[in-house]
Formats: sequence, C-alpha cells, structure tokens
Amino acid sequence: MRAINTASMLGARYADVRIITSRNQSIAVKDGRVEGLGDFESIGFGVRVLVGNAWGFASSAEITALEVDRVTALAVETAKASAKVPGEPVNLGAPVTSTGQYVTPLRIDPFSVSLESKLAMLLDADSRIRRNPGVKVAESSVLAVRHDKIFANSEGAFVEQTIFESGGSMSATAVAGNEIQVRSHPHSFRQQGTGGWEYIEDADFPGNAERIAAEAVALLTAEACPSKDTTLILGSSQLALQIHESCGHPSELDRVYGTEAAFAGRSFLTTEKLNGFRYGSNLVNLTADSVRPTGLGTFGWDDEGIPASSTPLVREGLFVGYLMSRETASTLGVESNGCMRADGWNRIPLIRMANVSLEPGAWELDDIIADTDDGIFMETNRSWSIDDMRYNFQFGTEVGYEIKKGKKGRLLKNCTYAGITPEFWNSCDAIANAKHWKLWGTPNCGKGEPMQTIGTGHGASPGRFRNVRVGVFR
Amino acid sequence: MNFREIADTVLAASTSNETEVVCIRQDESLTRFANNHIHQNVTETNYEITVRCVAGTRVGTAVSNDIRLESLRTLARRAGELANLQPENPEFKGLPGPSRLESTMAFDRETASCTPARRADGVGIVCRKAASNGYTAAGSMSTGSSTLSVANSKGVFAEFETTIADASTVVMNGTASGWSHVSGWQLDAVNWENLADEALEKVRIGQKIVEAEPGEWTVILDPFATADLLGMLAFDGMSGLAYQEERSWMNGRTGQGMMSPDVTIYDDGLDMRGIPMPFDFEGQPKHRVAMIENGVCGNPVYDSHTASRRPGLKSTGHAMPPSAGGTFGPLPLNLFMETGTSNVEGMIRSTKRGLYITRFWYTRPVHPRDVVVTGMTRDGTLLVQDGEIVGATKSMRFTQSYLEALAGVAAIGDRLRVLKAGGATIGVPAIKLNQFRFTSATR
Repeated sequence: MRAINTASMLGARYADVRIITSRNQSIAVKDGRVEGLGDFESIGFGVRVLVGNAWGFASSAEITALEVDRVTALAVETAKASAKVPGEPVNLGAPVTSTGQYVTPLRIDPFSVSLESKLAMLLDADSRIRRNPGVKVAESSVLAVRHDKIFANSEGAFVEQTIFESGGSMSATAVAGNEIQVRSHPHSFRQQGTGGWEYIEDADFPGNAERIAAEAVALLTAEACPSKDTTLILGSSQLALQIHESCGHPSELDRVYGTEAAFAGRSFLTTEKLNGFRYGSNLVNLTADSVRPTGLGTFGWDDEGIPASSTPLVREGLFVGYLMSRETASTLGVESNGCMRADGWNRIPLIRMANVSLEPGAWELDDIIADTDDGIFMETNRSWSIDDMRYNFQFGTEVGYEIKKGKKGRLLKNCTYAGITPEFWNSCDAIANAKHWKLWGTPNCGKGEPMQTIGTGHGASPGRFRNVRVGVFR
Repeated sequence: MNFREIADTVLAASTSNETEVVCIRQDESLTRFANNHIHQNVTETNYEITVRCVAGTRVGTAVSNDIRLESLRTLARRAGELANLQPENPEFKGLPGPSRLESTMAFDRETASCTPARRADGVGIVCRKAASNGYTAAGSMSTGSSTLSVANSKGVFAEFETTIADASTVVMNGTASGWSHVSGWQLDAVNWENLADEALEKVRIGQKIVEAEPGEWTVILDPFATADLLGMLAFDGMSGLAYQEERSWMNGRTGQGMMSPDVTIYDDGLDMRGIPMPFDFEGQPKHRVAMIENGVCGNPVYDSHTASRRPGLKSTGHAMPPSAGGTFGPLPLNLFMETGTSNVEGMIRSTKRGLYITRFWYTRPVHPRDVVVTGMTRDGTLLVQDGEIVGATKSMRFTQSYLEALAGVAAIGDRLRVLKAGGATIGVPAIKLNQFRFTSATR
C-alpha cells in the first residue's frame, strides 16, 4: 500500500501495484542428451499511475521501502512527461474493488514431481523417437510454472493469486536431400495449460513418440500438397491457431482503437461492425472466457482486478463482442470483460486473449470426412502469417491427407492454405461435436513494446471450410 | 553490487568442477504513442543472473534476478544440484577459457540518462507533424543502458556496458500509411524531424490508390524490408547448430555461388556502424564471419559447444545465453549487408514497372531449406511505372524464396541503415530485386 499512498500524495488520481514472484522449471532433452535443465526465478513489482489523463509505469526487482518510493515517484514523473503529448480524457468506468484469493485447481503440484522422474519420461520418449533410423533430430521438453501475484489499486481492490502451469512438447525431424519434415506432439507449439503434472501425464509423450517419428519419415516421400481451391478440413489444434490469429487478435479493442498500430497492428473488426457484421456462418460461435479449467487464459482476476468471466465474441456467425480493458470498455460505453494481463512485474497489462474458443458443432468427425467428396485434411501448425488488420492469412501445417469420395487417403507434405478472414469463416459448413473438442494452449503470443509473451487458450473441434485456396507454395 | 562481487560470490559458493556466471543488467525506458498522443510510458530496472554448473560432462542451469548475496549462493548450489541429477553428456567438452578481447566502446552517458520528458519532446515532434497534416502517428522511443558480464572458473572475466536509442513511427491516413525506424547507441542517431518526414512522405504518396495484381514483380526494398531478408536467413540457417543438424539453407551450398556477386552478408560485433558487442555470452571474442561473400556461400557461426563437435573448428564468438529450455544454438547478432553504389531514387528511375516496398510484416518460413517465406507488405507498397512512383497499392502477400530473390539483385544502395531487431542489430541498405512473387492482395 506504500506505493499507492505515495502515488496519491504525488498527484496520481489512480494507481495500482503488482508484486509478482515467478518460478519456471524447464527440462529439455535432445537426441538422447539433456539439452537443458534449470530453474528460473524472478521477483519484482510494478507501479502504474494515472496522473490527470496520462499514464506512467515504473518497475524494479528490488522490493525495499526506499526502492518502492523511488519507483513510484518515477512512475508519476513518467506520467507527467506523457502529459506533454496529451490525448483524450481517460475514463476507467466504475471503480474496481475486488478482493479475494485464487489458486489454480490441480491434482499434482508440478514442482512436487521429482526431476529424475520427469527426466526419465523425456529420455524414454526420446529413445522411442530415435528407434526410427530416419529421424535426424529428436527433441522433447517439459515445463512447470508458478506465478504468485498480488494486485492492489487505489480504489480498494486487493487480490492474491497463485497460477500453476504445466506444459511440454516433443518433435521428430527427418531430413533427406532438400526436405526437412517435422512431426510434433501434442502440437507444434508447446502444449501448456493451467494445471498440474496430470496435464503432462494425459499428453502421453512415450505413447506417441513412435507415431510422430514414423510420420516425419513418411512425409519425406509423401506427395506435395496440390495447388487448387478445394474443401479443407482442419484438425482441432490447427483450427485453434486459426481462431487465435483471425478471431482473437482482431477482437482486441486496443487494436481497434489504434493503440497497437505501430507494432502488432490494427483490426478489421471496427466498432461500427459490432452486432451487425456477419463474421462467419450460422454454425460459428466463438467465446472469450477466463474460467474454463486448464485454459492458459484461466485465472481469478485480470491484472486490473476484474473478475474472470465468459463473454460471446461471435454468436451464430454475428460479431457481438470484444476483448477489453477498463479504459477501452469505457470508451465503448460498456464494462470491461477482464482481458488485461501483463507477462511479468516489469510490464504493464495489455489487452490479451484469455481463452478464445470455437464452440463445438453437431457432427462426428468421421461423418464430416464421409460427407466430403474431394478435399484435404490438415493438422498441426508449421507456419503462420496474417496481415496487420488480421484479414489476409496464410498458414502451413505439418501434415495433410487427401480426401476422396468420403475417405481419408494419401499423406501430403508441405501443406498450406490461404484466405480472407470473414470469407473463410463464412465458408464453414460443418463443426465436429464436443467429443472431438479440445482446449489447446498457445504459450508464445507476443504483443506490445517492450515485447510481452503470454499464454492463451483456444478450444476447438475439427471444422470444414469450402472453396479454400491450398498449396500456396513455390 | 558490482559484477566482480557477484562473480566472486557465485564462484566461491559453487562446488562443481566448472562454473560460469552471466549477468545482464538492464535499465530501459520506453515511450509509446498512438493517435497522436503518448498512451504508454514505462521504465524497468532488472538483473538476470544465469549460473551454469558443470559436473563431469553434466550441465545444470539456474537463473534469478535476485542479487542478494545469500540468493546468489543458493543459485550456485541449485545449478550444481541440477547438474548432478543428469546422465553424463560426452558431447560436452567443458566451458571455454579466457581469450583476448578487443577494446570497443558503445556507451553514451546522455542516452543512458535520457529522461521521460526528453523522449516526450521527440515524440511530440512526430505527433504534431502528423496532426498538422491531418494524419495520425503511432510509434515508440526507447532509451536505456545494459551491461553484459561473463565470468567462469577457468578465468574468463568480461564486462561490456552499452546504450541503446531506438525510435520508430507509423503515420496513417485512411488506408495510406508510412513507416520509419532508426537505431543506434547514441541518442543523436534519432533525428525526429527526419523520422517523421520519411513516414509522412509515404502517406502523401499513398493518398493515390492504384491497383496491382499478384504475380512476379521487380521490387525495390527499403532497408526495413531488406532487414527482414537478413533476419530470416540468420534464423533459418546461419547457426552452426542448424548446419550440423542439416536444417540450414547453407547445407550443401558452402563454397557455391548462390546470390548475386554484389551480395556480401556478414556478422561483425566490432563494426562501429552498428551497435558493437565485443564478446558473446560465453565471454568469447566476436569474430567477423562472412556467411555470403560476393554471392558465394560461406560458413555459419559457432559457439564453443558446436565448435568442439568438429576438429579444426573454433568458436566465432556467437554463443547465446545459456538456457534451461533448450537452445537455438549460436546466432549472429550483429548482421550487415555490404552497401553498393546505387540509391533508392536511381532504383526507381531504372524501373519500368515494379513495386517499392517499405517493409515486410509477419514473415514466416514455409520451406526452411530454400528459405521460402510468406509474409505481407505493410506501411507503403508503392507502384513504380516508367521510372516514377504513381501511387500506392493495398498490402500484398508474397510467398518467395529469399535465396532466389537475392540471386537476382539488380542494385544495392550506398547508405546503411542500422535497425534494432529483437536482441540483434541489422545494418542494411535499400536493394532492388529483379523478381519477387506475390501470391495475393488484400481486398
């Protein structure tokens, strides 16, 4: 409270402080060797102040009374400097007075599992990958994370949270001539969620090791993805990334208001489109939430003290909601839905996706395939690119399968597809049911300056899209 | 606490065969602006202490930002415990010993002590210029200092303090936008008037919208776009690790002519035109390495570990910070493309029909071995006809092998622009390429 009181005395009309201790334990195995094994710990605090209509923020790793005073004064001085190039009045909406505690629900504390057993699991998976002589590089890793966060503001909020995360990935790389082919499990980004070691056990690394090795080697001699317009069925993890890039980011209201214009970019989902723009077909229902178990965007309160919630972004294809902060929500004339997060004590909170998910449809996956006369099934992201308005995209996947007359056929390599966001989502005519729905983690979403990397969650079941351009490759 | 105390504390507390301590101290501030006003303004003071302990051939790593003496001792013990948990790794040949380091200087007191008010003064110039034209400006200005320090139990002890000043802006009006970016280790590298004018000029041209269809185009790349080519080539294969794992575009091409003879791409941590860095994260001296020399494929960069895997190789001084989560291997962090004799005006005059591109955005590899990349143009894609700029097109998507593109270099600019790109700096000129493949346009 010393920082908040000092900020008020120095002229701040709003102040908040976050004290965060983070611990991150990583283990990486590569080609039978321990590539990395270590602990990362970080502790510090950040003070954010609003003086008049100008923001300032300062942070330090040293938590002492003197340093709190220095940093708070620096935050106020910085805000006063911001006022030299002033903008519109800042309205934060209703005061936030949240209080309470939140701890990630988990079965097994990931730090309670011995390093020896974690290492043994990775080395087992690694050796199974390398049993396949066609594999050039085998890699696997696991990660355990704990964030202890205290948030307080000048309006009376005081919340404490302990967020646990567990994650991991493994991959097999095969090389022949000019071809490099990779297969990953559970997906190509590290699969990560809020939860305990059970999250890793459920991913069953050893049980999938030989499969990814065989698939990587088979891809070397597979046919290349043809270039044509066709029916595309996306697997769950690739569709999760599609949601992240083409729905989650354009729904961020700071992008819409131009405050990320110079770096992350803007958005085609401008405010006049709210409640009137057909984003996708009637089957498309997209939800932003911070409450779904194991989501990387699941928490008790955001970094402005707003409680976790669930709000629709797209309902039956109609665009109906944004991801918001207190300030942007107030500009829009609504209340924040709690999307402000910082990636550490030394960064300001920004509007970030929590969990943005496609709600399941009614189809069995087998029935979608059986109902497809000619198309391609693509799964597991390999490359991703989208323009600064989040409109024109091109993605590549690790693996594809030809679909002919309702049956999954030949393996295809170097698969890519491209499109325009609303055209793509409006072409969706089938979504698999809840049995096929999975909540994926994207641990590496970057935004802001200085760059902040944060985890987001995305749930999806496989979906079908018509008349999509595939094989955009030279 | 100074680094000598930190190093002595860690090395004394460690019971491992070999111990290394790397300290990165950062004091960095950044002012962001958008919609012609400052909306974010931040400052940070932090340390990152990384301790690497070696037990036999086993390596444990522990990282913390807590520089209290007892915490440093705990960190050393923790790294040692982690090393002891592992199986032996016969490939690990030990930490490197000391080497003679070149003396260089890249610290500017004025930059290190730059106040938020002074940054705001610069930002104000851009915002007022944009507003007076009816345009909107966004961007950022960062200033700060950092110190990289490395010591190990074999006698390495190296410290280097540097400063950074980095400014960029995008100026927008409707669908038109323009971009400028400049970096240096001295505050006076940033000329706010020039920064604003460069971006404003593209917006003015962009008021006239013209159509351009996807397909093969001659392109003129501003240095911001050229930098993307070098960055992707570095990430996709200039590492000795990628080369040893046969994932690099350099595999099978060493010694071959593969780009235009005018193209020379090298890494040089001592080149004062960039932001110098005399040693790497193992305290080893940085050597100039030419990855492309007059169009011919040279060699990748190495750290002590990748160099130790092959007889005759030595570290080129390109180790990255030790990481518990696996490693990309060594990387070039001070990249340059040799300048030529042309300039952007001459490139435009000599172009019958082409596109003048300000910068690329969201570029990602599609085929790593041939460095086939997809991405978008952004903030000024201008149509050139009969030697003149005739207007701006909407942003376009490309899918193009950067290797093939650089095999067809028609001209290279005579001025170098230094740009900070993440943890690296890239010094590049404008270039003109005979052929570049665009695969779609944004509607």
